[in-house]
Amino acid sequence: MITIEVNNQQIQAKKGETILEALNRNGINVPTLCRMEGFSPTGACRLCVVEVEGKSGLIPSCSFPIDEPLKIKTHSPRVIRSRKMLVELLLSNHPDDCLYCVRNGNCELQDLAEELNVRERRIAGNKSKASIDQSSPGIVRDPAKCVLCGRCVRICEEVQEVSTFDFIKRGNKTSIATSMNKDLNFSNCIHCGQCIMVCPTGALHEKTNFDVLLEMLNNPDIKVIAQFSPSVTVSIAEELGIRSGKDISGLIINALHKIGFYKVFDTAFASDMLIYEQAAELVDRIKYKGNLPLISSCCPGWIKYMEQSHVDLMENVSTCKSPQQMMGSMIKSFYAQQETISSEKIFSVSFMSCTAKKFEAQREEMTHKGISDIDLVLTSRELLKLIKLYGIDVQLLDEEIADNPFNTRSSAGKLVAASGGIAEGLIRTFYFLSSKNEIPDYKITKLRSSKDRREIFIDIDDSRIGVAVVSGLKHANKLLEEIRNGRDDLHYVEIMACPGGCINGGGQPFCNDDKILKARLKTIYDIDEKEGLKVAHKNPNLIQLYEKFLGEPLSVKANSYLHTKYSKRDVLL
Amino acid sequence: MAEITNQNNKDFIINSILLNDSENYTKDILDKLSFIKRDKVTFPVITVSQNSCSIITGTQNLTQIIKDYLVERDIKAHVIEVGSLGICSVETLISVQLPGKTKLLYKDVSEENVIAILDGNFNNYIAEENVFCQFRNTMHEPYENLPYLDEISFFSNQQRIILKNCGIIDPGSIDEYIAFGGYKTFVKAIRHYTHEDVCNIVDESNLRGRGGEGYFTGKKWKIALNTPAEQKYLICNAGESDPGAFMERLLIESDPHKVVEGIAISAYAIGAKKALIYIEWEYDLAIKRLSNAIQQAKEYGLIGHDILKSGYSLDIIIKKGAGAYVCGEETALIASIEGKRGRPHSKPPYPATKGLFGQPTIVNNVETLVNIPIIIEKGANWFNSIGTANSKGTKVFSVSGKVEFVGMVEVVMGTKIRDIIYRIAGGIPKNKRFKAVHIGGPSGGTLGEEHIDTLVDYDSVILTGASLGSAGMVVLDEDNCIIDTVKYFMNFLQKESCGICIPCREGTRRMYEILENISKRPKDDFGHTTLQRFKGVMQLENLAEVIKDTSMCGLGKKAANPVLTTLKWFRDEYEEHIFERNCSAGVCQELRTFEINVEACTGCTLCAKKCPTGAIFGTPKNTHFIVQDKCIGCGICYETCKFSAIISK
Repeated sequence: MITIEVNNQQIQAKKGETILEALNRNGINVPTLCRMEGFSPTGACRLCVVEVEGKSGLIPSCSFPIDEPLKIKTHSPRVIRSRKMLVELLLSNHPDDCLYCVRNGNCELQDLAEELNVRERRIAGNKSKASIDQSSPGIVRDPAKCVLCGRCVRICEEVQEVSTFDFIKRGNKTSIATSMNKDLNFSNCIHCGQCIMVCPTGALHEKTNFDVLLEMLNNPDIKVIAQFSPSVTVSIAEELGIRSGKDISGLIINALHKIGFYKVFDTAFASDMLIYEQAAELVDRIKYKGNLPLISSCCPGWIKYMEQSHVDLMENVSTCKSPQQMMGSMIKSFYAQQETISSEKIFSVSFMSCTAKKFEAQREEMTHKGISDIDLVLTSRELLKLIKLYGIDVQLLDEEIADNPFNTRSSAGKLVAASGGIAEGLIRTFYFLSSKNEIPDYKITKLRSSKDRREIFIDIDDSRIGVAVVSGLKHANKLLEEIRNGRDDLHYVEIMACPGGCINGGGQPFCNDDKILKARLKTIYDIDEKEGLKVAHKNPNLIQLYEKFLGEPLSVKANSYLHTKYSKRDVLL
Repeated sequence: MAEITNQNNKDFIINSILLNDSENYTKDILDKLSFIKRDKVTFPVITVSQNSCSIITGTQNLTQIIKDYLVERDIKAHVIEVGSLGICSVETLISVQLPGKTKLLYKDVSEENVIAILDGNFNNYIAEENVFCQFRNTMHEPYENLPYLDEISFFSNQQRIILKNCGIIDPGSIDEYIAFGGYKTFVKAIRHYTHEDVCNIVDESNLRGRGGEGYFTGKKWKIALNTPAEQKYLICNAGESDPGAFMERLLIESDPHKVVEGIAISAYAIGAKKALIYIEWEYDLAIKRLSNAIQQAKEYGLIGHDILKSGYSLDIIIKKGAGAYVCGEETALIASIEGKRGRPHSKPPYPATKGLFGQPTIVNNVETLVNIPIIIEKGANWFNSIGTANSKGTKVFSVSGKVEFVGMVEVVMGTKIRDIIYRIAGGIPKNKRFKAVHIGGPSGGTLGEEHIDTLVDYDSVILTGASLGSAGMVVLDEDNCIIDTVKYFMNFLQKESCGICIPCREGTRRMYEILENISKRPKDDFGHTTLQRFKGVMQLENLAEVIKDTSMCGLGKKAANPVLTTLKWFRDEYEEHIFERNCSAGVCQELRTFEINVEACTGCTLCAKKCPTGAIFGTPKNTHFIVQDKCIGCGICYETCKFSAIISK
């Protein structure tokens, strides 16, 4: 420990830690724009500068290691003046359209301007020309609002290893661009939306399509049917003034009904369906010596990444559609038939924690006889906006249950929201399918740890089944490399593009607080703890669906509605 | 074939010179050496200056023309290409050394007049307008009434230690370099000195980095030497891209082996087995001569595995930079070599502990490295005897702008700026008034008349707010506008900033815009531009201070220097631009106003016809008038008027 003097107060700092870390631990915050916890500092924004006695210039606290006792001033006039000037410099090249901005109210630049009391435009000048890139189905890029903090570059490169973005050009022409400075739809972007989550301004946001939804909701000929993913219901509570992490599916269902959705279904039902189908697929592959390990296919970000970077493992990837698509497919087939509604008269909307789902919904592979399974995908953030737009006070609502016939779910279907959840649910059903007995211990703690990679080996009868779970494509790459190099003890691999799974998806409300993520996770595990129905294959409505319509898992009908195939994708790498 | 070349002397050079520890050579060896050094010649020797400076005068084919001429006349002579003597204004230089006579130097040689000059020389007639001087050599018969090179004020006021060989030896010949004493120190170092010994000598010599920061080289080396690592790197920073700095380019072109030797000794000092030279790709000739030098050194076993059986191995690689200015900053340079985007990184960690590929790396400037051989040869005390208290040795400057002799000069640290400008560079041409000297490129500062007696060393220059930087020295006279000059540098910086940190990226751009605004004609007193002008000016100083305080790397930290120094020393000129909207140097086009002298105007209508905005009115044979509101200050009328009737204000 080293004692450093901060604003004339003595504080304790660990040797080698940065000034910023020591300050934060002791309750002093300095503003930052480019800093990301867990990433090496770039020292680009210079907002975290502090005055260190004996140093000529100001020192960036985010990257300066403490090796000796220092005398620091964190908010001296010189420091404040510099920070303010830096923010003003950023603003001088920023569009003046906060009121029209998607991030109005939760923009870090706006907050900084407020915090530093920027009240007049002292510096003005030419602004860099930039045009909005709307080409991607999931993500919109507005370079004019980019402050070049480089967070998107780093998360895309260091966490996802996709490296869609990088800096190009020099001086004030510097900008962030994709390969060959082409539009996003030509790039290798997987639409995971992690860049949106770290973007401090409105330079990156999801593509929204409210107008179509509003029009459809008011079209008497169209039945607008909603579904919501298991991760959405645990992720938006705090934004509605409810304890963060609380599962508010009952309230969301009520709200959606109030907004005018004809029916509201729970995607967790489809998660059960996915688990059932995929477990059957795994049984099948083991039995007929198909390509192993079977790799999960529910994450559309991962699927696109696989199509462009891991084509050689395509045969290993499960043919199951994602729960969203399975649900969409059932709505427009089974449900439409049952209710005798023409599938063209159904407008199927899903609320997901994901921007890649927007991309997935418009894929050609996700259609049945020329009709899209899903017509519109909205993110959790957009769901919140919709609730706000319709003026619904969620706190006054009663809980409702989802509509028949897709309203029951097992707790396994809910676990899917977290990384490891599909694997856990799948093991339960797989155990049943291969041994005809229920798994003795439902809770598979090993899959719930916070490690980058979780592996478990389960003995069923005489065979030993290996399951691995990874989230964040960096970790996926490592695992896949091992498999490519001949590792053969694994039978099932679950891959989620976003670190931590869907609860940390790219469509979730902005939070850079670990506590909120943990609260979401806890709710999901609590549900699994408390509820009786813990396995997908016992979901009563699912059993009915198979009896009435699909037959059995992997049947011809199931294959045509619930499975698909992928092909190699050419992108600019 | 009339041309004669030196034969391969490899074995002699290695065994009798490099591996010969005795200081006194036998007569045999001395004779052979003087043959290689061309002290005595049996055939005429013609040296042709071929360097960037001479090539831009259009004489890249000069050597071939001379060779063709010799063949045609059947004259047996030896033609060699040399680098630069440093005096660029009189390029292209050729020298002719006839057997028994001193070496004669011709200036302003072109492809057209070279035949006449040579014809004259071989027929005992010396072309008076082209002859420059003769080299002093007591063994030969001098020409009468011709000054010696060391009597020319450009040379007599310099102290050429590291430029000693430049323009004299053949940069393409390792034999010649060794004959002039080269590589001997390197061989001595690897055979008789430990790594620590070399570091200690350099440390004691108090040599400071010539790249700009002025950090003590020996101290930096010791950090790298004492950091344990599998691999260490020495990088020679030849990424010289300051406008107005060209001495490294000329130095490499003129004496590439000295650079190689400097690198080799320095790499040995820190225990690096790999050295890299980071050089601008557009330094075509320099790269060619440097790679040739490395190749020759490899052939002589001076680079490579187990050098002269000393157990030390070294590999030198040339890495061409793509030309980004910021890649002269060491961390950006390292990123560039690693194949990443050339952008600086926060220090610490310093490259000396964690640099190229995470290994201890020393980045030294070319000039720093060429100082090393002579320091090791003559010792720390000798080096300490040159220069001022805190700045030892000599410093090479490239002097350009409004001076009689543009070129590369080497002076002792602590020389007055006045002496460099007036005694060496010959002062301001056309009797114009000296206005300012800009030192250190875009990150340097501009100093006026009152600072002309400042000593050039690290500390004195810093006191004025400028910095030695890359030691480009641009002299401005009364026809130059300070605002315009600063604007040029700011424009350069805003384009060359790496674009990562906010103060440098956005700040330099705004400063440039502010400067541009004050050199613009405000459209009307109530217009937006006027408001912007004043707002900007009010922030200029504040902005400059913040940029200086918060930028990440040296480029940004010093980016405000030109503005800050000129605001300090040339405030009146800023005020003139802002308040009087006048540029007395007449450079800021939009601030110029023109009037027609009623008496001189003949009414020829030419100016009215040429005026691009139709601001001139008048009927033929009657006096014309300029409507100031329409005039954009382009000056076309001023240039077209044949009767000097247009007055610039």
